[in-house]
Amino acid sequence: MSHATTHEHDHHDEKPKGFVKRWLLTTNHKDIGTLYLIFALIMFFIGGAMALIIRLELFQPGLQFVQPDFFNQLTTVHALAMIFGAVMPAFVGLANWMIPMMIGAPDMALPRMNNWSFWIMPFAFAILLSTFFMDGGAPAAGWTMYPPLVLQGGKNVAFMVFAIHLMGISSIMGAINIIATVLNMRAPGMDFLKMPLFVWTWLITAFLLIAVMPVLAGAVTMILTDHYFGTSFFNAAGGGDPVLYQHIFWFFGHPEVYILILPAFGVISEIIPAFARKPLFGYTAMVYATASIAFLSFIVWAHHMFTVGMPLGGELFFMYATMLIAIPTGVKIFNWVSTMWQGAMTFEAPMLWAIAFVVLFTIGGFSGIMLAIAPADFQYHDTYFVVAHFHYVLVTGAVFAIIAAVYYWLPKWTGHMYDEKLAKWHFWLSVISVNVLFFPQHFLGLAGMPRRIPDYATQFVEFNMISSIGAFVFGFSQLLFVYLVWKTAKGGEKASSRVWKGAKGLEWTVPSPAPHHTFQDNAPVNDADLAHGSAH
Amino acid sequence: MSQATESTYYVPHLAKWPIVGSVGLTLAAVGGALYLNGDTGPWLLYAGLAVIVYMMFGWFGEVIAESEGGMYNQRVDTSFRMGMIWFIFSEVMFFAVFFGALFYARMFSVPWLGGEGTGYATGALLWQGYEGVWPTNGPANLGGEFETIPAFGLPLINTLILLTSGLTVTLAHHALKKSNRRALVGWLLATVVLGFTFVYLQATEYIEAYHELNLTLGSGIYGSTFFMLTGFHGLHVTLGAIMLLVIAIRAMRGHFTPEHHFAFEAVAWYWHFVDVVWLALFIFVYIL
Repeated sequence: MSHATTHEHDHHDEKPKGFVKRWLLTTNHKDIGTLYLIFALIMFFIGGAMALIIRLELFQPGLQFVQPDFFNQLTTVHALAMIFGAVMPAFVGLANWMIPMMIGAPDMALPRMNNWSFWIMPFAFAILLSTFFMDGGAPAAGWTMYPPLVLQGGKNVAFMVFAIHLMGISSIMGAINIIATVLNMRAPGMDFLKMPLFVWTWLITAFLLIAVMPVLAGAVTMILTDHYFGTSFFNAAGGGDPVLYQHIFWFFGHPEVYILILPAFGVISEIIPAFARKPLFGYTAMVYATASIAFLSFIVWAHHMFTVGMPLGGELFFMYATMLIAIPTGVKIFNWVSTMWQGAMTFEAPMLWAIAFVVLFTIGGFSGIMLAIAPADFQYHDTYFVVAHFHYVLVTGAVFAIIAAVYYWLPKWTGHMYDEKLAKWHFWLSVISVNVLFFPQHFLGLAGMPRRIPDYATQFVEFNMISSIGAFVFGFSQLLFVYLVWKTAKGGEKASSRVWKGAKGLEWTVPSPAPHHTFQDNAPVNDADLAHGSAH
Repeated sequence: MSQATESTYYVPHLAKWPIVGSVGLTLAAVGGALYLNGDTGPWLLYAGLAVIVYMMFGWFGEVIAESEGGMYNQRVDTSFRMGMIWFIFSEVMFFAVFFGALFYARMFSVPWLGGEGTGYATGALLWQGYEGVWPTNGPANLGGEFETIPAFGLPLINTLILLTSGLTVTLAHHALKKSNRRALVGWLLATVVLGFTFVYLQATEYIEAYHELNLTLGSGIYGSTFFMLTGFHGLHVTLGAIMLLVIAIRAMRGHFTPEHHFAFEAVAWYWHFVDVVWLALFIFVYIL
């Protein structure tokens, strides 16, 4: 058996030789983390290419480049690719890389299953993307897959459903692994309230994942049986209800959006204290706020459905419950700001992205409160205002946090410093263009431009043109990021163990690049090395 | 080659089974989709399932060999336990979806279609004369008139069978803790027999539903929820019974010690889980 032959290498920094052994058969959390991150980057560009075709078509009114049905396929698969293919795997990749190092664990708790969690993803997306090349094309009913429209899809329905089942299996296994790792693999002395916030937010995110990915699986299973087996879950003629689907979908979907953002909160909570050279303000409050947001995420789902014809009591309940989320989220934002207050701040790339996150995510949060107001939502619903809102929280929120995290930990991963000057170019190009891209979409939506359409009335021309220009600048700026990461991986100035002067946490006590096997059991945990060690 | 000591966490290397599993899942998914679309026969689906079964034999075989070889310390055991608990939790959420669909249909969509509450206009304008009373195949009478399966016939017998099997698996656990291997194997096999008897009776119930009662998947929302819930449950009982059989075979081969028998406990948890799901089914699908 394999363990017999490789065991003697355990205690050395020796990576398996050969591509297959190193990457395909790996059980190493760092290599699996790398795989996740590379996969996420590829999907980011595939999903991004779709977005650019969308923005190209919307540069002018009328149909210039694509047909409406293909346009709908693009909006649908763009979202699925970005959510399930880019943002989620990127955070799982960060979790894989960092959690064992942060808590002093030898590896993830279930390393073989960790391999499987990753290696399902490329297959799942191959299946999903293959639908573009079959009769009738890819799914075109939007990523929310609402019936009855989605049931009118052709052969892609089964492929879409099974691809989502596979992604769900992958996510659930990944989440189980993270929970088992955090609960069971902490080095002695790494108490719960000494854990880095990134670990905390991921622990809570993992609970959310296990709770709601099966719900999505059930929802799409009913789509499958309604389409192929003659069931009537979403068919009023048979006593079912298409609105039932929306309830189930958003019972998954709302926790899902926190799955996308809670790990981002964790990343930002690591970076800001490091560059403000101050401990995180209100560490325990941050933990409780994260847990509160996770809890609330289960009781707000129908705010996505205000216009569907719910009873008034439902509208009111979901409106007020949604607004409650502003409280723990506000706690977080004020805590980040308070952490920076009177700090000896420096503005290296990770900090720039983190500050941009705080500002721009807050804009997304405010537009979210606007959308939460049920009577007002009747105006905003299904307009570009919604598109602007969730791109502020997902692009300038989740994606910015991922990029910040990569700059922050890249020296630890590769052993080299990245090119700070080029990174600043990347930041400023991105942060300006992303606002050019998404900010005008607020105005488009308020003026009544519906989302998910390939053509529009002429009064919307100017803002669409501006938005499309921003899209292309933002999209192509990301090539700079790829170049930077590639260049840093290849070489550059040697990074020290600490890398950042103000950084705290176990990951900074090991050399850069981190050895292939960082810790044995009983890794030494020194309170002085921890961000939150002595505060309690 | 060194044995893992109590202090080191066993980290396996060169996992070849996951990629086999991914290939199996992909073949099954693509094969299943092609088959559902009528493009090919089911052979690719079967091939995928065969690869998955092969993977499970290989993967579990490797884990069992490591476990019996003493590679796992207490901490590894805890990781496995957490893995199983959270897996079962994910299954709970999966069943919750279909129970949710049932409750929603019964509490909201069917009464609304019958004109109750805010559904007044729907009832009056679209489905005049529809009563909206459970059980129903909807206002369009999809699939034609049907009858339901009475709770206190076969389903009651099945309830008793599953409850008994919960007892026998517990007796097996007690026997294992007392190192009584004969009783362990005996009670395990009794549980397996009860499990497969349940599945057999469910199958006869399905045949009766389709051929005598005209109750099918196409019988509107009643048929949809009935078959989805009982079908997925039956699938889980089948898998659980197979898992119990594997445990019984391992017990016959001398695996497990009174202190160290995680696999047994994991399967027992799973079995209790399908048991509890059945109780909920019996109440909400059959009785009420």
